[in-house]
Amino acid sequence: MLTKRIVPCLDIKNGRTVKGVNFVDLRDAGDPVELAAIYAKTGADELVFLDISATEERRKTLADLVRNVAKEVNIPFTVGGGISSVEDVDILLQNGADKVSVNSSAVKRPELINKLSSKFGSQCITVAIDAKQIDGEWIVHLVGGKVPTELNLFDWAKEVEQRGAGEILFTSMDNDGTKDGFANKALARLSTELNIPIIASGGAGNMQHFVDTFKEGKADAALAASVFHFKEIGIPKLKEKLKVAGIPVRL
Amino acid sequence: MKIVIINYGAGNIQSIKFAIERLGYQAVLSDNVDEIKNADKVIFPGVGEASSAMNKLRESGLDKLVPTLKQPVLGICLGMQLMCNSTEEGDTKGLGIFDVDVIRFTNEVKVPQIGWNQIRDFKSHLFEGVTNESYIYLVHSFYAPVCNETICVTDYGVNYSTALQKNNFYGTQFHPEKSSDVGEKILRNFLNL
Repeated sequence: MLTKRIVPCLDIKNGRTVKGVNFVDLRDAGDPVELAAIYAKTGADELVFLDISATEERRKTLADLVRNVAKEVNIPFTVGGGISSVEDVDILLQNGADKVSVNSSAVKRPELINKLSSKFGSQCITVAIDAKQIDGEWIVHLVGGKVPTELNLFDWAKEVEQRGAGEILFTSMDNDGTKDGFANKALARLSTELNIPIIASGGAGNMQHFVDTFKEGKADAALAASVFHFKEIGIPKLKEKLKVAGIPVRL
Repeated sequence: MKIVIINYGAGNIQSIKFAIERLGYQAVLSDNVDEIKNADKVIFPGVGEASSAMNKLRESGLDKLVPTLKQPVLGICLGMQLMCNSTEEGDTKGLGIFDVDVIRFTNEVKVPQIGWNQIRDFKSHLFEGVTNESYIYLVHSFYAPVCNETICVTDYGVNYSTALQKNNFYGTQFHPEKSSDVGEKILRNFLNL
């Protein structure tokens, strides 16, 4: 049976992890490769690296990081952040990334999704969507949720699917950082109305939240950062809990 | 042991090279006919879209070479699909090594299938030491139905072939290079053939 995926997300700046991590067993708390290897060993199903660098050398630094991760890690990983062209994607895939995620550039130039999926295949193109509710309507936002667009979440998600995205990573800005649980109603609607996998992001605070997002939110995968990095939730324990709750997981 | 990964410009092939290196071997990427012919093991990768991948193979003449190879050959993901008679993706004629036509999943399941699923019903040395129902990583929209050459199956709305074998030709729909310890065992088994 296809299992639900648990996906730790690492924020990267200039080749280093940004958000503090609390792994006593890490020799170098800022080394994304070492952290990735630990997650792979402890049962993470996939990893996401989100690059937030804004330097001239960012492309090369990121390519080097991707290469080093691919050398060490035997599970799949996705790379996102600032990807805006076929060339960007080509470099990352050539260096060993399994999937890439595009966000703002897809909103600005939706045809980019068509281009990427026809060149590289839908299976490696994830479209990340950040949204929050304004007067009860889910509106797509840019720049980490700061800038609202005209786009309705569900309309945009459907367009993204039609243009060839293989997967959607939906972050609810209303839930992100609250540790109050995922946006399960919106997630369930996305999962029902679309026929590609949906990754839930934003709001993970405890293990029950993961159970809820797979059951109520019908999510195919759940992404979180700080609860994993600060060891508030251990992945092996989380998976045991999911299994007991009747959710298929890889153990 | 000389291991060659056929390089015809198809996507993420570094991962396979790195996985082989983690097992303690070296592999070279090559599109050179003699180099491929003289290898002890050949890996035929593939990520991307079937018709454009097949066009690239034809342009380099590798479509003629691959079916004539005598050493163990392992097709991975799209590589395996291109070794079949045909694939529905881009209405593409394949290399005809495996006697089966690759078709798309129906919309009763989410397409593409992305993630970890289980393998069972092993019929090959490729799976020696692998526990039944082990988890492997898959990412695909098209699949090979169960046929005479099926050596392993998976269930995703339908029972289908997650691995095929005919003589010296092997194919896996899953990515052994991304399937954690289980994948490494399968890759090692192939290299030990």
